[in-house]
Amino acid sequence: MPFANMLSITANPFLSMLVWIVLLLAALYFARKPFHRAVGSLSKIIYNAMRLSAASVMAAERRLVKRNREVLMAAGLENAERIVEREFDRINASVARDLEGYPNLHRQLSELTIKLDEDYSKSADLPPELPSWIPVIESIAKIKHTGDTMVSNMLAEINRTLAEQHKSAIESHRASGSVRHAMLNKMLPVWRKVQKTLNEVHKAIGNLNKRAKSIDRYMDDYEQIRMQTDKAARMLSSSSFTQFFISGLVLAIAFGGAIINFNLIALPMSEMVGGASYIGPYKTSNVAGLVIILIELTMGLFLMESLRITRLFPVIGSMDDRMRYRMIWITFTMLAILAGVESALAFMRDRIAQDMEALRQTLAGVEQTALVTSTIPTIGQMIMGFILPFALAFVAIPLESFVSSSRTVLGICATGGLRLFAFILRLIGNIGYYIGRLVVTLYDLIIFPTIWLESVVLGSRVKKKERLEETLYEERAITDEAVENINDTVEYKEHQE
Amino acid sequence: MNRIVSIAVILVVCLAGCSNPKDRSRGVYMLLDTSGTYARELNKAQSILNYLLGVLQPGDTLAVARIDTGSFSEKDIVAKAAFDERPSITNNQKRSFQKKVNTFTSTVKSSNYTDISGGILQAIEFLNEQGSGKKFILIFSDLKEELAQGYVRDIPFQLAGFNVIALNVTKLRADNLDPKIYQGRVEHWRGEVEKGGGSWNMINDLENLDYFFSKT
Repeated sequence: MPFANMLSITANPFLSMLVWIVLLLAALYFARKPFHRAVGSLSKIIYNAMRLSAASVMAAERRLVKRNREVLMAAGLENAERIVEREFDRINASVARDLEGYPNLHRQLSELTIKLDEDYSKSADLPPELPSWIPVIESIAKIKHTGDTMVSNMLAEINRTLAEQHKSAIESHRASGSVRHAMLNKMLPVWRKVQKTLNEVHKAIGNLNKRAKSIDRYMDDYEQIRMQTDKAARMLSSSSFTQFFISGLVLAIAFGGAIINFNLIALPMSEMVGGASYIGPYKTSNVAGLVIILIELTMGLFLMESLRITRLFPVIGSMDDRMRYRMIWITFTMLAILAGVESALAFMRDRIAQDMEALRQTLAGVEQTALVTSTIPTIGQMIMGFILPFALAFVAIPLESFVSSSRTVLGICATGGLRLFAFILRLIGNIGYYIGRLVVTLYDLIIFPTIWLESVVLGSRVKKKERLEETLYEERAITDEAVENINDTVEYKEHQE
Repeated sequence: MNRIVSIAVILVVCLAGCSNPKDRSRGVYMLLDTSGTYARELNKAQSILNYLLGVLQPGDTLAVARIDTGSFSEKDIVAKAAFDERPSITNNQKRSFQKKVNTFTSTVKSSNYTDISGGILQAIEFLNEQGSGKKFILIFSDLKEELAQGYVRDIPFQLAGFNVIALNVTKLRADNLDPKIYQGRVEHWRGEVEKGGGSWNMINDLENLDYFFSKT
């Protein structure tokens, strides 16, 4: 029905419009309840679906967190074991070294002690005693004389003899004392030697003590990790992030080195494999250059594995030592050969580049000038060509760190992503729920005259009815129960695992 | 480890065997008009040729032929080279090629007639024989064909997959008096080429050749 016709149901268009409005309001009023229910159901469907999805996502997030923690702890345990093992190896080496020298040390100390003992015994010898007749003479000398000249002379002679004897005894005593002093003097370097030897022993013991303390510290960390404490988890997580970024940086630097290496060998490779053939969209010479670099990287990786610096391939690490040494030599030889090849290619590149430049000048009609034939760039390129393969071999170390830390970092990022996803789902659920309420309220706002009329006519019964309708939106307990049930199920499963 | 190296080598060899070097190679056949006064323009052709020698890569093919009274002949090919896959040998080939063309341009004598169609037919035959992936025929001429009595050139060109580029199409005195003659001449050749399934381009500013070649 056209709008003009709608306004002509009565003679007055305004009245016609009023009639239509009243009819519309009446229709909306009668459709109010089903509309409320429909909107309420829709909003609840959105709300519940989103809540359930969010709960599932959060359950997945919890499992991921648990798995991350397990991975982190396993990596941490392995690392701690490696550190403790290394410390024990050092202690073992130190003890073996010191104990190996211990018999010698013991013999040295014994010899020195015996020598000291002998010297001491010698130095303790008494000075020669005065002859035994001295007391007799002394007794005679003490006899009082009456002035008889002969007696007096005799006594004087006895006195002189006695004095001479004393003098001789003193000289003999001094000589003996000097000999003893000389002996004691000779003991001084021996004492010093003993002191030095004992200092060495003290140092070795102190070193062992220090290592034992550091082992204690590492064992504490190991214990913390084994007990899976939060402190250990935080420490390992932070360490993983640091390792991830540092190893990523080193890998980026290595990538730059690989590009330079590639540019050094790509052009001369066209002399070997041809410059006109393609593999897919890429020149065969470029692919060949890349393959050489990748083989060098692989050799480097195997070399590091064989040296037990990295542990990316447990098969190599667990080989018996003889086989491992063979592998070290083979990979090192291959690396050296490849480095030699690269060096030769770098030389060839320089020659080709010079030739191309000369041709370009000829084609451009530039007069050929005498070329500055410096060998420095050629030598520089050759050295770079030789060194870069060995430098790239060390990529294995940051690669191992990157791979091991990326597991943790990616796990943490995935956890964050899941949390965000769960939040978005909850947000959508809540937005859906409140949009439903808003639509219902707007609906009521549009038909407010009829609602007002209803409240006037029905009075307090309307309020009761409204309360009943309100409960329609409060029935969220079902979802919460369902969410809790999901959590219980997840916990049960985790427990079973 | 050795197994990995062997697999890598086998893989590279297999992939190299699978690829077809001809698909990416370029074949260029340049026709030089030596008739009448146009022979004086040949120094420009020399610079174009130098440019081509700089641009072409190992595996590409280049030939230069003259347009004279009867151009449908191998004898009119001044110099030709299928560049080797090794860059060092390619460089030597280019030097030798340049020498040959220089000798030709310094000793060329102008011809009485201009058999462009015969030259194009010869170019088609040569490039098809070479089997290049991308085929270019460069016509360095004013495009005014003058056939000697007895020469029949009413054969349609088979130019599918060919790029025909007219270079340095100079305006003649008559063209200046009536530009329709010039336009008609160009349109005639465009029609002939496109009727044969080829693509037609005309470059009078030789610097545009660089853009055109790098684009293709």
